[in-house]
Amino acid sequence: MGINLLYPKYEVIRNFDRCIECRVCERQCANEVHSYDPELKRMVADESKCVDCQRCVALCPTRALKIVETDNTFKKNVNWKQQTIEEVYRQAESGGVLLSSMGNPQEYPVYWDKMLINASQVTNPSIDPLREPMETKVFLGKKPKNIELDEAGNVKTILEPQIELELPIMFSAMSYGSISENAHKALARAATKMGTCYNTGEGGLNKELYQYGEHTIVQVASGRFGVHPDYLMAGKAIEIKMGQGAKPGIGGHLPGRKIGEKVSQTRMIPQGSDAISPAPHHDIYSIEDLRQLIFSLKEATNYSKPVIVKIAAVHNVAAIASGIARSGADIIAIDGFRGGTGAAPTRIRDNVGIPIELALAAVDQRLREEKIRNDISIVVGGSIRSASDVVKAIALGADACYIGTAALLAIGCHLCRKCQTGKCNWGIATQREDLVKRLNPDIATKRLENLLTAWNHEIQEMMGGMGINSIEALKGNRLMLRGIGLSAKELEILQIKHAGE
Amino acid sequence: MLREGEIRIPSGCAISGIIDRKGRRCLNGQKIVDSIAIMHDRSNGLGGGFAGYGIYPEFADLYAFHIFYDTMEAKEACERYLDRYFEVVSYGIIPTKSVESIQDSPMIMRYFVNPLLTKAKTIGKVPIDEETFVVETVFYINSNIDGAYIFSNGKNMGIFKAVGFPEDVGEFYRLNEYDGYSWTAHGRYPTNTPGWWGGAHPFGLLDYSIVHNGEISSYDANRRYIEMFDYKCTLLTDTEAITYIIDFLNRKNGLSFEDISKIIAAPFWSELEHMDPAEAKKIKTFRNAFSSLLITGPFSIICGFTDGIMALNDRLKLRSMVVGEKDDIVYLASEEAAIRAVCQDLDYIRAPKGGEPIIVRVEREEK
Repeated sequence: MGINLLYPKYEVIRNFDRCIECRVCERQCANEVHSYDPELKRMVADESKCVDCQRCVALCPTRALKIVETDNTFKKNVNWKQQTIEEVYRQAESGGVLLSSMGNPQEYPVYWDKMLINASQVTNPSIDPLREPMETKVFLGKKPKNIELDEAGNVKTILEPQIELELPIMFSAMSYGSISENAHKALARAATKMGTCYNTGEGGLNKELYQYGEHTIVQVASGRFGVHPDYLMAGKAIEIKMGQGAKPGIGGHLPGRKIGEKVSQTRMIPQGSDAISPAPHHDIYSIEDLRQLIFSLKEATNYSKPVIVKIAAVHNVAAIASGIARSGADIIAIDGFRGGTGAAPTRIRDNVGIPIELALAAVDQRLREEKIRNDISIVVGGSIRSASDVVKAIALGADACYIGTAALLAIGCHLCRKCQTGKCNWGIATQREDLVKRLNPDIATKRLENLLTAWNHEIQEMMGGMGINSIEALKGNRLMLRGIGLSAKELEILQIKHAGE
Repeated sequence: MLREGEIRIPSGCAISGIIDRKGRRCLNGQKIVDSIAIMHDRSNGLGGGFAGYGIYPEFADLYAFHIFYDTMEAKEACERYLDRYFEVVSYGIIPTKSVESIQDSPMIMRYFVNPLLTKAKTIGKVPIDEETFVVETVFYINSNIDGAYIFSNGKNMGIFKAVGFPEDVGEFYRLNEYDGYSWTAHGRYPTNTPGWWGGAHPFGLLDYSIVHNGEISSYDANRRYIEMFDYKCTLLTDTEAITYIIDFLNRKNGLSFEDISKIIAAPFWSELEHMDPAEAKKIKTFRNAFSSLLITGPFSIICGFTDGIMALNDRLKLRSMVVGEKDDIVYLASEEAAIRAVCQDLDYIRAPKGGEPIIVRVEREEK
C-alpha cells in the first residue's frame, strides 16, 4: 500500500563533476546504498537504505558526496511530528516494537549545560598545571572508618580492595558481541596504557584480552554469559549489572546472527543462538538477594575484588543507592537516561529513567545524610560528553565517570544510531568480519589514549583555574558550581546556587 | 546584609604565634599584640582576635566558656541551659577597656564550668565522654539559642576576638593583664563584612584554636565530608572547617599532628617515589581513606592546643609564613617583621616548605 512508502530520510547528493566512479562508496556501504549503473554509466543511490553514517562521505577521495536530511515533509504539526506519524505507519505495518540504538536523542534538558564552573580571582591564586603538580588519581572502593597505626607509626589497617585510577574516567560496559573484537581490543589496550579500566559488558571476556585483566572490569549480568571462576578472577573488579540507563527495567537480546564462533565461545552459548538477558536477575527479586550475589562473588574471588553494582537512574534512585551501599557493594555505578545501547525499544529509551545529573546529586546527598558515603564510591555515566561534564560530575559528588558513546566516537562512530542492524560501517557495532577489519585496533587504541589525554589536560586546566591541585578536593565540592536558567526546585535537587548568588 | 554563616566570605589575613617550649607562663599578652600590630596592613579592621594558653591557672581543670550575647533574653536562656547541665564554678563579665575603634560590643561573659555528666543525655545506651558532651553543648547553644554564641570552650585557654584591628582588639580585652605559655593572633581582611563578632578569628573547639590565612578551594568538599561526622559548619568559614577536621583527626581518630599534616597537606604522589616504602604506604592509605580531607588552595594556619602548636602551609606554599626561635621561645608569623618586632636577636629564622609542619610541643617538667 502506498501509505507504507516512507520517503527516505536522507538524500545522497553526488557531485557528478567530482565523481570519478571509483566505486569506493559502493564497497564501503554495508547498507548497499550505492551501486554503479552500467547503462547510465554512473553511480546511483538507493537512499531508502541510507542511515547517514557518513562512511561514504568520509572515504570518497574527491569529496563528491554529501548526505543531507530530506526536506520532503508531511504537513507540519506540532503535536503529530513527522517521526511520530512515520512510527505509526511502521507499527501498523509490522505489528512490532520499535527498536533504536545509542542514547536518548530527544529534547530533554541537559543539566550539564546548565551548570557553570568557578575560577579563582584575587582572593586566592589559580594554579598553572604546566608548572605545578595537578593530581587526578582516584581510588574506588570502601573507605575504612579509621586508620590504625602500630607503635612505629606504620599502617595496621588493611584496606578493602580498591581500584586505583590515574584519571577519573573509565570506559563503560560494552559487550563483546554488541561491539567488535577490535573495538574491545582498543578499549582494553587504551585503558591499560592510561592507567584506567574498561568494562567487558555482559558478553564475557575473550581469552586474548585476559592479559589486560588489571585494567578490566568484568561484568555479571542477568544472562550470566561468559561467567566462570577464571573470568571473575581475571578482572580488577566485578560489576553486577542490574540496569542500564538506555533501557531501565529491560533485558537484552543479542540476535543469533551476531553470535559467531568467537562470540559463542566467549559467551559460552551455541553459535547462532539468540543471547537473551532477562529483565531482572532471576536470583535477585529484592535487595537482600542482591546482598547474596555480592557476597557469592566476593567468596568466589576470595574477597580480592571490589564489587560494583550498576543501576539505571530511575525515580527512586537515592533510596535504591542507599540500599546498595548497605548491601556490601564497594562501588555503585549509575547510568543516566541518555546512556547508550546497542539496541533498545525506542519507547523505553526515550521515556524511561531520569537525567544522571539529578540522580547523582540526589544519591550523593542521600548517602551523606545517612553517613554512608564513605562506604561506597560513586561512578556515573550516561552521558558524559566532555571534560567539563567530568568536572561537573565530580563537583556534584561522583568519584569517577564512565564514558561509552564518547569512546566509540573517538574510534569512528558517527552516531547514526543503527547499531541494532549489525551493519556498522565503521567496524564497531558489528560482527561481520569484513566490517570488523575496517577498525584498526592500533589506531583506535591511540585515538582513545589521545581522547583521555586531552580530557585529562582539560580537567587539570579547569582544576587549576579553581585553585584546586588534586581531584579529591573537587569531589562533592558543589560550591564550585552555579546553575544557569534553572528553577528553584532544580537548584534544590542539585544543591547548587544560581549564577550571581 | 547577610550575616556570617548565611553567606561565604573570602578573606585574607595576618597570623602570628608565640610559644614557650618549656611551658612557662612567661609570655604576656602584650607581646602577641605587638607582634600582630606590625602587620596592620594585612588586616582591614573587620576582625581581629587572640588565643592564649595557660592563662587560667586558677581554673585549669574547668572548661572556660567565653560567650557573646546579643540580648538579655539570649543570656537568660543560655544560662538556664548551662545551669541545668553544668556546675558553674565561677563566672563574670570579661573585663574590657573602652577603645574608640571598637564599637557595637555584645555582652561578653565568661563561665568556668564542669559538665554534670549524670544529667547528660546518652547516645544509645553508651554514656558520652566529657569532651563530646561539651562539643554537643556548644553546637546546641550556637545553633539553637538565638543571640548566644560560645566562641571559646577549652580548658586553661581562652579566645578573645572582635570586629576591629587586632591591636585594638588586644587593647580592648586588656590582654596585657594575661600571662600564658602560648599565644596565637589573627588580623582579618574579609572581602566584605557582616560586622559580627562571632565571625572574627581564632575559631575554637575545646582546646583547639585555629588562626588561618587563606582561602581554601577545597572548602565544600571538606565541609560536606566533615558534616557526615556530626559537625555543623554554621559559619561557612575555612577556619571553622579546618578546626573540625583537626578535631576529627586528632581527638576522634587519635592521629598525631604529624600525621594530620600528611592528610590535610598531603605530599604529592610524585614525592612518594622517593620515600621510605612504609611511609609511602602510609601516605597512600591516608590519601585514599581521607581523600576528602585534603585541603587545597592557599593557607597558612597556626593551630594551638594544650600541649603545643602546629603551623602548616598548603603544599604549594601559596601563603607566606616564617618561623624563628630564641631561647626556647618559638615565633611564627605571616611576615618576618612580626617576629622581629618582638625578638630582634633570633637563633634562626626560616620559611618552612609547603606542607612541612612546624610542631612545637611544650616539655613540662611537672604536670
